[in-house]
Amino acid sequence: MATALTRKDFVSDQEVRWCPGCGDYAILAQVQKIMPEFGIPRENIVFISGIGCSSRFPYYMNTYGFHTIHGRAPAIATGLKITRPDLDVWVVTGDGDGLSIGGNHLIHALRRNIDLNILLFNNQIYGLTKGQYSPTSEFGKVTKSTPMGSVDFPFNPITVALGAHATFVARSVDVEQKHLGETLKRAHGHRGAAFVEILQNCNIFNDGAFNDVTDKAIKADHQLVLENGKPLVFGKNRDKGIRMNGNRPEVVTLGHGVSEADLVVHDETNLSLAFMLGNFEAPLPTPVGVFYATNRPAYDAAMNAQLAEARAKQGEGDLAALLKRGDTWTVS
Amino acid sequence: MALPPEAAGHAAESSGLGGGGSAAKPHARRDSVVIRFAGDSGDGMQLAGMQFTAESALAGNDIATLPDFPAEIRAPAGTIAGVSGFQLNFSSREVFTAGDEPNVLVAMNPAALKANLDDLPPNGVIIVDREAFNEANVKRAGYATNPLTDHSLDKFQVFQVDVSKLTNAALHSTGLNNRAVFRCRNMFVLGMLSWLFQRPIESTERWLEGRFRKTPELLNANLLALRAGFNYGDTTEMFASSYEVQPAKIVPGLYRNITGNSATALGFVAAAVKSGRPLFLGSYPITPASDVLHELAGYKNFAVYTFQAEDEIAGVSSAIGAAFGGAIAITTTSGPGMNLKAEAVGLAVKTELPMVITDVQRAGPSTGMPTKPEQADLLMAMYGRHGESPIPIIAAATPADCFECAYEAVRLAVSYMTPVILLTDGQLANGSEPWLLPDADKLPPIKVEFASDPNGFMPYKRNPETLARLWAIPGTPGLEHRIGGLSSEDVTGNVSYSPANNELMVRTRARKIAGIAREIPPTTIFGDANGGDVVVLGWGSTYGAVREAVKQLRDKGKSVSHIHLRYLNPLPADLSDQLRKFKKVMVAEMNMGQLLKMIRADYLIDAVGCNKIQGRPFKVNELINRISRLLEG
Repeated sequence: MATALTRKDFVSDQEVRWCPGCGDYAILAQVQKIMPEFGIPRENIVFISGIGCSSRFPYYMNTYGFHTIHGRAPAIATGLKITRPDLDVWVVTGDGDGLSIGGNHLIHALRRNIDLNILLFNNQIYGLTKGQYSPTSEFGKVTKSTPMGSVDFPFNPITVALGAHATFVARSVDVEQKHLGETLKRAHGHRGAAFVEILQNCNIFNDGAFNDVTDKAIKADHQLVLENGKPLVFGKNRDKGIRMNGNRPEVVTLGHGVSEADLVVHDETNLSLAFMLGNFEAPLPTPVGVFYATNRPAYDAAMNAQLAEARAKQGEGDLAALLKRGDTWTVS
Repeated sequence: MALPPEAAGHAAESSGLGGGGSAAKPHARRDSVVIRFAGDSGDGMQLAGMQFTAESALAGNDIATLPDFPAEIRAPAGTIAGVSGFQLNFSSREVFTAGDEPNVLVAMNPAALKANLDDLPPNGVIIVDREAFNEANVKRAGYATNPLTDHSLDKFQVFQVDVSKLTNAALHSTGLNNRAVFRCRNMFVLGMLSWLFQRPIESTERWLEGRFRKTPELLNANLLALRAGFNYGDTTEMFASSYEVQPAKIVPGLYRNITGNSATALGFVAAAVKSGRPLFLGSYPITPASDVLHELAGYKNFAVYTFQAEDEIAGVSSAIGAAFGGAIAITTTSGPGMNLKAEAVGLAVKTELPMVITDVQRAGPSTGMPTKPEQADLLMAMYGRHGESPIPIIAAATPADCFECAYEAVRLAVSYMTPVILLTDGQLANGSEPWLLPDADKLPPIKVEFASDPNGFMPYKRNPETLARLWAIPGTPGLEHRIGGLSSEDVTGNVSYSPANNELMVRTRARKIAGIAREIPPTTIFGDANGGDVVVLGWGSTYGAVREAVKQLRDKGKSVSHIHLRYLNPLPADLSDQLRKFKKVMVAEMNMGQLLKMIRADYLIDAVGCNKIQGRPFKVNELINRISRLLEG
C-alpha cells in the first residue's frame, strides 16, 4: 500500500466553517500540504482538539479526529498516545483552550514529554464566544468583558512552554506558509512533546494583532527568524542584529565597526538563550522559528518500556495465578 | 461476660477471660467474636488487624472487617484525632457485618480507649498497654483522671498488660533504638491475641518475612515481638483460658481474604484479560480510592497501563483517549473527583465510548469525612451531568462482590458502547472478607469487536439489538472519521443542529441504556418470595447489615424480606412487581433517601426511608429497631 498520498487525501468531506479571512484557513492548508511528506498512512494519524475556533480543525482533516471538550485535548491525547504509541497524534488548541481552561493539561503534557505535536493557534482573543480578552491578550486590552481595559497580565506561550520544560518549542505565523510548513515538519520529526505557537489573525475580533510580523512593508524589521548555529540577523536589508550588552540583548546595526561576529549565535539546545528570546518584546524583534529543542525520553515510550520489562521479567500475566495470589485456603 | 456464650455442648471453663491461673489452660469455644484494635495512627493497628484477619481466615472462620481511620496521616500522638481503629468479626457461622459492637477492645493508649469506649457493651473486655496510660497521655486524651485507676471502667473487664515493657524486654538483645522497638508493639499485641484466640501465627511470620525482606534486623525484631506476645498469652496468669472459634460452614472451594479495592482492581484486570485488550487506568490520588491505582500499578505484565494524572479531569479524559484507541479504559475516584469528571463523562456519553468510572463513595458534602463511607453519590451518578446523559450504574454489595461488579461494568461498557459508573464506598474499599475464588476460565466472555469493514462504514451505525454504535479505532484503514461533543447526525455522526435529529439521538441513547434491563437477572427475594409484611430494599455496602437484621427478625417469626440491588440504572424490569408484593417497602441507605426518591418517582410506590449519614455503616440493631417500628406501625 505504498501509494503516495497527496494534499487532497487529507481534505475531509466537511464544509469548512471558519469566518472568511480567518488565519485558520492558511494553517489548515499548510498542514494538509505537508502531511503527505511524512509518508504515514492516514489511518495512523489522529487530530485531537478542545473547544474554540481552532478546535474545529479535526473535522476538516481526513484522518481520525476527536473534537473533545474545552481544554482537555492534551489529556485525551495523552491517554491515546500512551496506549497507542503506533499512532501519530496531533493536538490543536488555542490561547483560551490551551492556556486558560486547559493550562494545567498543557503544562503537564509538556513536562511529561508525551510524544504529541501540539499546535497552539494564538490570536490573543476569544473568538467563538465573540470577543472577550484571552490569557494572551495584552494588558489594558479593551474588549466586551474589559470595557475599561484588561488588568490581566498575559501569558507568553513560548516561555510557558519553556517553563514547563517542553523539549521542543517553536513559533510560526499563519500566513508565513513556507516557514510554517518547515516548522511543522521540524515539530513532527521531534520525539516527545513538540509545542508550536502559531500567531493567527482573528479578522473579526482582533484584526491585525500581529501586523508588525505579517505586514509585508514592515515585517522584516520586526521579525527575527531563528536559525540554529546562525547569528541573530534581521531587517529588510539584513543589517540589524542582536548583540549582548553585558547580560542584556540589544539591537545593533551592522557596519560601523559592528560585524556578525559580535552577534548572538542561536543555539537551540541553550535553554537560557531560549528563555531570553522568548521574552523579547519591542523594541526587540519578534523571534519566529525553533527556540529550543532537546532530547529527553518520552513518557509514552518509557511507560511502554516498563510494560515490556515487566513482561520480560515476570512473563505474560496469568489471570488464574493472579486471582490465587497470596494466602489461600480450601474449604471442603 | 462480654464474649458470646459458649457453643452448645461445651462446658464453660470460666466466666470470663480472667480468673485464677491454672496449670493447663483450657480452650473455651465461642461462635463468634468481635475485636477492635485501636491506637495512634502510627501504632500499626491496621496492620495488626489485617494480619489477625488473615490468621482467622486461614483458620477457616467467616470474617468481616471494618477499618476506621482518620484522614490525618499522623495527627498529634496521643490525641483523639489520631486514633485509628480496625474491627474484625470472626465466626463459626456466616457473618454479614463486622459486628455492631466489639466484645474485645484493644486500646494502645488513653485516646484510643476514650474514642471507642462508647461502643463497648457492659462487661466487655478491654486490653490496654498499661504504660501508655501515663499522666501526659491521660491528659492528652482529655481525661481528668487516669481511667485505669479511677474506677470509671468498673463495668468492664480490664486487662492491663505491660505491652511496651514486655516488647522492650523481648527486643533487648537486638540493639535497636527505642523508636524501632516501640513500633514492634503491634506485633506483641497480635501475638498475644493470636494465642488468646488460638490463631496460628505462621502466616503472619511469612508475611513479615516478605515485608522486611530487605531489613533483616527489623524482621528479627518483629518476629521476636510476635512470638513474645504469643508466649506471654500462654504463660501469664492473667488469661485463664484461650478461646476457640471453629471454622465456619461456608461454600466449599478455594478462598482468599480480599478488600473491596483489591477486588475492584482484580475485576478490571480480569475483564481486560478476557477481552484481549490492554487496560488503561487514568486516575488522580484520592481517599479512599487510591489503593486501586496502587494495586493496578503492579500488574504491568498484564498489559495494564496506570497513568497518575495531573488532576481528576485529566484522569477521566486520558481514559476517554485510551477508549478511543481501543483500550479497556477506566478511571477511579471518590465524590469530589466525580464532580470534576462530570463534563468529560458527558463527552463519553455523547461520543458513546466505553469506559468505567469507579466512585469509591465517601462522606460529603465537600471534603467531608474522606475516610468514612456514605452512599450519597447515587443521584449524582444518575443525573450529575448537563443535558440528557443516561449512564448504567452498578453497585457492589460486599468487598468480594467488587470483583464481579467491576467485571460486569466493563462487560456492559463494551457491549453497549457507553460509560458505566461503578459505585463502591469506603467501607467496601477497606473492609475485607473471604473470597471464593472464581475459576478464571469460567468468567463470562467479554466480546470486543472493532469495526473493520470500510464498506458502508458510518461511525454511528448501531447494532439493531443493543443499539451500540460501532467501535472503530484509529489504525483501521478506510474508517477514518471524526467524533466529538457537538450534536451529531444519526448514523453518519456529522455535526448537526437539526432539532428533530437531536431529539432522536437523545432518545436513542436513552433507549440503549434502558435496554440493558434485558440482561439483568430476575430480582431475588431473601425471605417471602410471594410477598409479606415488609421488604427492605438496599444497595451497596448496606447488604451485610440489612441481611443480618432481616435474618434475625425472620428467626423471630417476623414477615420481613430483603431485596438487594446490584443494578441501579436501569433498575431490574421486575422490581416494581416484586416490591408490590409487600405491604410496606423500606429503603435502607446511607444518605438522605436517594434510591427512595427513585423508587417513589419511578414506581409510585409509597416506600419509606431508613437513613444514616454519620460516615458509619448501619448497625444491625439500628435496622432491627427501625424495621420493628415499621412492622408495628
